[in-house]
Amino acid sequence: MARFGMVIDTAKCVGCMDCVVACKTENSVPEGLNRDWIEYEVQGKYPSLHMEIRSERCNHCSNPPCVYCCPTGASHVHDLGGVVLVEHNVCIGCKACIASCPYDARFIHPDGYADKCTFCIHRVEKGLDPACVSVCPTHCMSFGDLEDPNSDVTRLLESRNHHALIPEAGTKPCIFYLV
Amino acid sequence: MNPVSRRKFLKISAATISVAAAGSAIVKGAEALGNKSGKEVKGVQKIPTYCDICFWKCGAIAYVNDGKLWKLEGNLEDPLSRGRLCPRGTGGVGAHYDPDRLKSPLIRRSERGREEWVEVTWDEAFTHIADKLQKIKAQYGPEAVALFAHGIGGNFFKHTLKAFGTPNITAPSFAQCRGPRDVGFRLTFGEDVSSPERTDIKNSQCLVLIGSHLGENMHNSQVQEFAEAVGNGASIIVVDPRFSVAASKAKFYLPIKPGTDLALLLAWMNVIVKEGLYDKDYVQKYGFGFEQFAAELTPYTPEWAYPETGIEPELIRTTAREMARYRPATLVHPGRHVTWYGDDAQRSRAIALLNALLGSWGRKGGFFYPVSMDVAGYPYPAYPKPEKAKVDNPDNKYPFAHETITTGIREATISGKPYPIKSWFVYATNLIHALPNEAETIKAIQNLDLLVVVDVIPSEIAGWADVVLPESVYLERYDDINVEWFREPFVALRQPVVESPHDQKPNWWMAKKLAEKLDLGAFYPWKDIEEYIIHRLTTAGLSFDELKKKGILRGSKQPIYFDEGVSAQFPTPSGKIEFYSLQLAKAGFDPVPKYRRPLPGPLGSFRLLYGRSPVHSFSRTQSNHILMDMVAENEIWINADVARRMELKTGDYVRLKNQDNIVSNKVKVKATERIRPDCVYMVHGFGHNSRGLKYAFQKGASDAQLLTRYVTDPLMGGTGMNVNFVTIESEASHG
Ligand code: SF4
Ligand code: SF4
Ligand code: SF4
Repeated sequence: MARFGMVIDTAKCVGCMDCVVACKTENSVPEGLNRDWIEYEVQGKYPSLHMEIRSERCNHCSNPPCVYCCPTGASHVHDLGGVVLVEHNVCIGCKACIASCPYDARFIHPDGYADKCTFCIHRVEKGLDPACVSVCPTHCMSFGDLEDPNSDVTRLLESRNHHALIPEAGTKPCIFYLV
Repeated sequence: MNPVSRRKFLKISAATISVAAAGSAIVKGAEALGNKSGKEVKGVQKIPTYCDICFWKCGAIAYVNDGKLWKLEGNLEDPLSRGRLCPRGTGGVGAHYDPDRLKSPLIRRSERGREEWVEVTWDEAFTHIADKLQKIKAQYGPEAVALFAHGIGGNFFKHTLKAFGTPNITAPSFAQCRGPRDVGFRLTFGEDVSSPERTDIKNSQCLVLIGSHLGENMHNSQVQEFAEAVGNGASIIVVDPRFSVAASKAKFYLPIKPGTDLALLLAWMNVIVKEGLYDKDYVQKYGFGFEQFAAELTPYTPEWAYPETGIEPELIRTTAREMARYRPATLVHPGRHVTWYGDDAQRSRAIALLNALLGSWGRKGGFFYPVSMDVAGYPYPAYPKPEKAKVDNPDNKYPFAHETITTGIREATISGKPYPIKSWFVYATNLIHALPNEAETIKAIQNLDLLVVVDVIPSEIAGWADVVLPESVYLERYDDINVEWFREPFVALRQPVVESPHDQKPNWWMAKKLAEKLDLGAFYPWKDIEEYIIHRLTTAGLSFDELKKKGILRGSKQPIYFDEGVSAQFPTPSGKIEFYSLQLAKAGFDPVPKYRRPLPGPLGSFRLLYGRSPVHSFSRTQSNHILMDMVAENEIWINADVARRMELKTGDYVRLKNQDNIVSNKVKVKATERIRPDCVYMVHGFGHNSRGLKYAFQKGASDAQLLTRYVTDPLMGGTGMNVNFVTIESEASHG
């Protein structure tokens, strides 16, 4: 079974938001809302500073609280790659999933359903990279199968130090940040 | 790791409510625009073109779904974008759907600047313009007309106005941007850095960035190569009063005192020369006047530079040695927007000299020699010879200005000397934001008999116009082909992807119609631009059909380094790299750059620095809804300790007041460790006051408005603009 994930090299990311813009046009994300976003984490005191820039989105967790708490089954784990998706027609917009997500990855779409990153499953099914990955001018994002020992993502994780977000939440996130 | 805050959730929820009420402007726009000709093609079409959100001209593929523009991706064939656009290019979709676009030709109906118009037909607009121009020509001569044009779209207006007989054609890209850099490099190597820059970043093993914030400034190829260099483990040295994104990738970050870069450059060269670390063979073979140059450097020790720059002598030495260690694959980047302090051409020359010491010019990892395809221009009739010389630089006051000085034309328009300027044509440059000292610009405008502005949005300069001509955005028009000078030869086509939604027209059509009204039809022997492009391409043995299909045609690779066979020729007076410049000495300037301490500001004020956002181009993208969704207003960066002392926190609104009592729009505070305490920083381009820009109106503050002072570069007339100081006023005191 494939297990899709992303590996993002924070050493290369410049925070340009191309990933956010590309997601917006690819997926017609409504104005005022975004499925991905950029975080800057600054540590230290001027001029001895350390800064990590991260492109963040739904972590497509292997242990997804948003799926467990959904009363209708709209939030579900897709057969392909364990991607966490929302069935728009089934979702009643109750926001339980929004409250349960430790990453604040979800929002209510103006059409009334919970929305978030889909890992661009419509592209992945066609053999394409997600829009954000394919647009990134710094080539800092990689997408692939975490279970495949020969995939780029697996190899990057083996060769570089990395971390995931809020591991203590126990959600088993599938997005990793190289440092 | 910080847990992600709940704040974002709240923000998103709030946005959800307002969007639910307002609906999606993007979707709405699409419905409203439709397709005028009704020739809707079902399904997805992919059409190649090249981008115009900035001047980089990246090759793009437009996706049109059921006749409506869907998305833009990079063209893999294109050497500039290498298949990936920058965020502005990706968001270019928003330019087409922008509801605030100019829709039809307008003629002013009340006082200048009040933005009150009558809509007219194109024919009425051209008749009006042509009548006025003929009157101006009869009374003052054709030289009384000036053109300000930015980007490739200005080519045809240049053509019409040259045919009309004026030599006064200019762009802010010289005197308000890269001019000093190109002058400094010409004086040293005999050639400039050009655009796109000939910097071989991807092969650099040591990259030095001085105030050049790649990654925030999204010149696509450069940012891609910067990331590549970082990935290759290149040693990055960043000099900036602000801890830029590039600084966060650096091995060495030098938090320099603003305005003292030249002191640092001289100290670096002092170390490299004194310790014998320079490329001796290269200097001996190609250099002129090295001994005199070396002697001039003697006083500039790192100890001397320390109190000037605030950079510790040991750090100056270590970084100088680091550069020498990787030479010739060390690139001291010349920057692009370098009009800072008025000594900019000499500072740029110091950068050129440092590169010369490292032997990086013409070498892999330094500066390559750009190549291009052989495509001739269109064989037009000869232009009439203007009777008067250009107006911008009387008596050759700025002897090394090799392009026309915008602010020189502005001055002549105000003073009427050396001769009057009575009409401005402005193409795709918002002069109110692009030139320093807005009051002078407005004063000049008030002396005009005719101000024509061609733009896609109702910019501030359009607000002052007598006639406004609405242009189709780049996705709706053909433009001149781009025969680029870069790493490899290629030619790119811009072609219409969708139709213009209203009565907008492409620049070539306007320029041709205007020429015909002025009885200059003979200068437009072609029927339409396709005919023009086909002529140029077929003469060069290239196929229009193939270019239409691919968007890019590439030539064969050619040598770009000395090692590959480029001949090392330096078109300077000595034919060598001029370490010591006799032509500077002869003109009364320092033959080797000398440091002069920048003037301090009033007590208790902060030096105002400005820069770029990765999602905006100048003041031209703030009504693009997609890009505004990324960054909707600028912030004023204030050092965290300073902010604490002033009881300001991130998100508070303040106003900035400059040394001349000009007060800005309100602007959000960003209290941050990432900047020195003696300066503040903001992104350029926000704080629009044009009423037509409904969406962008008064979002953030305009740096340009606060740049009332500038120091003119004595070599070339550039305007150093980092010489303004502000105090921070609480928003409450201004209501
Ligand atoms: S597009 Fe790439 S470089 Fe730009 S912010 Fe996103 S991940 Fe970072
Ligand atoms: S994977 Fe697709 S949906 Fe998810 S953030 Fe990237 S572009 Fe958006
Ligand atoms: S750098 Fe960005 S905005 Fe400029 S031409 Fe390229 S894609 Fe367009």
